[in-house]
Formats: sequence, C-alpha cells, structure tokens
Amino acid sequence: MNSEVEILLVEDNPSDAELALRALKKNNLANNVIRVCDGEEALDFIFARGPFKTRERLNIPRLILLDLKLPKIDGLEVLKIIKADPVTKLIPVVVLTSSIEESDMIESYRLGVNSYIVKPVDFDKFIESVRNIGFYWLLLNQQPDIKKLIK
Amino acid sequence: MMVEIRTILFAEDNPKDVELTLEALGDHNLANNVIVVRDGVEAMDYLRCEGKYKQRKAGNPAVLLLDIKMPRMDGIEVLKAIRSDKTLHTLPVVMLTSSREEQDLIKSYALGVNAYVVKPVDFKEFIEAVRQVGVFWAVINEAPPLGNKG
Repeated sequence: MNSEVEILLVEDNPSDAELALRALKKNNLANNVIRVCDGEEALDFIFARGPFKTRERLNIPRLILLDLKLPKIDGLEVLKIIKADPVTKLIPVVVLTSSIEESDMIESYRLGVNSYIVKPVDFDKFIESVRNIGFYWLLLNQQPDIKKLIK
Repeated sequence: MMVEIRTILFAEDNPKDVELTLEALGDHNLANNVIVVRDGVEAMDYLRCEGKYKQRKAGNPAVLLLDIKMPRMDGIEVLKAIRSDKTLHTLPVVMLTSSREEQDLIKSYALGVNAYVVKPVDFKEFIEAVRQVGVFWAVINEAPPLGNKG
C-alpha cells in the first residue's frame, strides 16, 4: 500500500537531515517523511519518474521542505519547476536553508515559495523551528485536495 | 540578539474577530505591530501608501492576514491585485477566513496565496490558531525585504 507521504525533506547534508527528522519525530509530527539528497531526486519523487517510477503519483506530499544549495539541480530550480506545474504548484514549499543571501530570498518569493526559513545555528532553536513549521503546515494550514483535482 | 518583529497587516471587517485576533497576538507581544484595516480597498491603500495612509512610512509588512468576505473589495481581489503589482508581488499573504468552500481554497492557491487558515469556531482554538499564525509569520518566516522591487 502507498501510505500518505506527509513531508518530503530535500536536504543533502546528512547531519541537517538527521536533526530535522529527529525534531519532527520528537513532536509526533511526521510518521511518514521521505528524505531525498539532491534536486534531481526530489523532482523524480514529485513527478513519480526515474527510481520512483512505480510510486503512486497522486500520493503527493503535503509539504516540501527544501534546502537551496543542492547537488545536481539546485533548490531554486526545483522550486521553479514545482511552481510552474498547475498541479504541483498547490503543494506548500518551505525553503529551509542556511543562506541569508537576500537574492536567494527574493528569488524564492518571486518563484512562489510559501515560506522562507533560515536554519537557526543553535540546536534547540533549530528543533523549535522545525516543530513550529510542522505544526503550522500540517495541522493549521488548509490546502486543496490535489487528488480530487487530478481526477 | 533582539528578534526583529515586523508589522502584521490584518484585513478583517468583523469587529468581534478583530478583537479576538488582537487579543491572541497580544499574548506574544505581537499586537503592537498589527495594523487593522476593514476592507480590501483600505488594505490596498495601506500597501500602496495611498488615501489615509499617504503619510505612512514606506515599506511592506511581514505578512498580510486576509479575510475573504469583505465589503467593497474582497480578499480574492486583494490577492489578485497584490500578485500583479511589481512592488507588492512577493508579499506573504495568508488567508484567515471562515470559508471552508473548496472553490475559495483552490482559487487562493491558484492566485499564489502563501497559506490558508480556516478560523476555528471554538474560542480557545481560535486564539491558539491565531497565535501560531502570528508567531510563524512575524517571527519564524523571513519576509522579503521592505518594498523590494522583486
């Protein structure tokens, strides 16, 4: 069975990915997080192709947490592709990055990012931010039923 | 380091909801930075520094919390106007509404809303939801720089 994917975590740095996963688990926010390591893998997952060919395409994640500096295809390019597709543009994308470069932030908003968060350096603050992100986007935010829209 | 708290622009015509929301935000000292406008025309006047907001200091708020059903100009129209304005188009906009209509939800996302939150009917849940929204958008999210030309 293809159970619902709640969060797609796109993060190449193993220790950052580990921290985010721990923060989500600790708060019981994500029983079903998929982590991918670069932009190409992220797009393959979202559009159910390549190594994810057999995946149920309708099973779209409820939230994408996206790092910007990624191997192969970078985060801004991934964001651009997701937001240019009439269906996948409905998935909330939260950029979670160490980049405090203003040009990255402006470009992200221009491409239609839903939210832009700079990873706190402090461990406790990072855990707290991830907790807030999870609560906000999984429990409070409403989104269209994408499955219904595709059918 | 002090956490910088930027202005929240809140567009809502129902006085009861305004009062409750300000109360909820007050718990986190976010309320001093909330500007309340009562309809869509006023919201656009604020954002464009026009009408009674001609004299205000320029710069965009961190977020616009936007009701959908409002007199004169509704929330969907406001969102449309913001997304097609060169100076305003990157402004984070969150629908804060009682509407559970799928059409409103789909239209809002299609027009590029950042988030969509349905006001809980229960008093306590309402306060908690607004608090979360305020903290998320005024403190955790990095808003685009003031009045950038994108």
